[in-house]
Amino acid sequence: MQHGKYRFIVGFLALPLAIYGVFVISPFIQAIYYSFTDWTGLSPDFKMVGFQNYQRLWDDEVFWKSVGHNVLLLVLPLVTLGLGLFFAFMLNVGGRRRKNAAIAGVRGSSVYKVVYFFPQVLSIAIVALLFQFAYNPNSGALNSFLKAIGLDSVQPDWLGDPQLALWCVMAVMVWCNVGFYVVLFSAGMSSIPKDFYEAALLDGANRVQTFFRITLPLLWDTVQTGWVYMGIMALDAFAVIQIMTVGPGGPDYSTEVLAYYLYTKAFRDGQAGYATTLGVALLIVTMIFAGIVMKLGRRERLEY
Amino acid sequence: MTAQAEPSDLPDLPEVATADPAPGLPSQRGGPAIDSPSGRLGSEGRVLNVFSHGVLALWGLMVTLPLLWAVMSAFKTDKEIFTSPWALPTSLHFDAWGRAWSQAHMSQYFLNSVIVVAGSLFGTMLLGSMAAYVLARFEFPGNRFVYFLFVGGMSFPIILALVPLFFVMKNMQLLNTFPGLILVYIAYSLPFTIFFLSGFFKTLPSSVAEAAMIDGASHTRTFFQVMLPMAKPGLISVGIFNFLGQWNQYLLPTVLNVGDEDKKLLPQGLVALAVSQGYKGDWSGLFAGLVIAMLPVLAAYIVFQRQVQAGLTAGALK
Repeated sequence: MQHGKYRFIVGFLALPLAIYGVFVISPFIQAIYYSFTDWTGLSPDFKMVGFQNYQRLWDDEVFWKSVGHNVLLLVLPLVTLGLGLFFAFMLNVGGRRRKNAAIAGVRGSSVYKVVYFFPQVLSIAIVALLFQFAYNPNSGALNSFLKAIGLDSVQPDWLGDPQLALWCVMAVMVWCNVGFYVVLFSAGMSSIPKDFYEAALLDGANRVQTFFRITLPLLWDTVQTGWVYMGIMALDAFAVIQIMTVGPGGPDYSTEVLAYYLYTKAFRDGQAGYATTLGVALLIVTMIFAGIVMKLGRRERLEY
Repeated sequence: MTAQAEPSDLPDLPEVATADPAPGLPSQRGGPAIDSPSGRLGSEGRVLNVFSHGVLALWGLMVTLPLLWAVMSAFKTDKEIFTSPWALPTSLHFDAWGRAWSQAHMSQYFLNSVIVVAGSLFGTMLLGSMAAYVLARFEFPGNRFVYFLFVGGMSFPIILALVPLFFVMKNMQLLNTFPGLILVYIAYSLPFTIFFLSGFFKTLPSSVAEAAMIDGASHTRTFFQVMLPMAKPGLISVGIFNFLGQWNQYLLPTVLNVGDEDKKLLPQGLVALAVSQGYKGDWSGLFAGLVIAMLPVLAAYIVFQRQVQAGLTAGALK
């Protein structure tokens, strides 16, 4: 068994490690290094400037605006997970009772799941473009729908309105992601033994109670992972902002987020050093978020 | 597959609305309800059933309507799109499809995406399964370190590495090239692939591999001829996950593939198309392009729905 074992291990690991090291690890480390320089990205010359970039960050109004929007985008996981849980519960417990079963899923539940999952398989670029047209104030699907039901006076400018633009973006992200969580939670719910519900219903619990007393506690691990997952995705939001919003970045920076701000600084304004500083800030926000979720969500794991 | 189950639901609905919810009255279909303490649950179930279907169908409509709207618009003339966005097309116009496919280079973008994703998917699966196998089944110093190095990559936002990555690629002459994109796609898909597959390799019985070794197979041969075939279900799940992730990838090509117009990948090309057709006012061509990009993935998804759903949620379930 031993002969050639190490040669085999090295042979199998070398290439993956090399690719991973060059394209993932080294850029991450360089990012932190460059955040302390005044590198423009255009010329090879740069010098260390200490914490100057971070100081600039502190006084940068657009940066704080972006952080604010990113924090607002973190509300998103709650809405998405809430809807996901609600629909998954409906699918699994909301159905008419069949013989010998205390609870049952609705009929055709897998049809619903297939449909809800549609946006997940599409590229975010397609989704963003689609909704850019749908939000078009003159000929878009939304405003003409409002007209059709007689609301001629209500014709919002959607993405062009600084008050509304970010909410429009959030709606698209919720639209896109609910299906994923319905399928995820549905898989989790179907593995909860039916006897639990049966016993609870016999004891006189109603379905709302069974949701909060049985489903949610047993599903808690999945919900928590889903929350972190969703949060990290919401913190990014690059594609939707870049493709959909006016500017991009929205009228008057109203949809500016860290990821897109970083992109413009690096590839439009020639401030690569400052851009990596923004990246480090984004990493810190992400880590704080993950830490908070883990801390808030810490519960004893229930075995069943 | 439950598409047949849906129509059978429809006759139920009116009956539910008029049915007497009196306790103890057995429904024709349900048979005697053994476990119910009273009829209260029965009637509750019925109301709930209608409510569930209502709410679920509403969200279903909200998901499908925008997609249908895009498909419908692709068959219209530009004038129809502007004057009556929700009306059905008066006659089916296919010319927009031709314009999008050939003049707007959608065929070229499609081909580019196929080339890049074929290369990167093959590379990811091969290198990922090799590394995962070694990390899962061999003990050697540094094993855990390497494993966490790979898996740690899952929790960092790609955008942080983007600026230095751009210059790494530039220095290696890989910027704006397909091989460069393929390598980057592989690198960023490895963490999840290794995480998932090493978990999978650990669950496989070791006796089969041992038997192969005793019969004189080398480690390499054991891996390719015995272990990989055994890991097929895991490979399919993670393969679907990687395929969709790489096919739909937008951020990486936007930054790392900014050279020639005709080297763009599909999502990227579609956005470029939106900008240029927007100036020309060719809205139907734009919708046709959108639908061309959308339909193949949706069709493939409907055929492999079970595997796709399992593959995409596998990451969060672990």
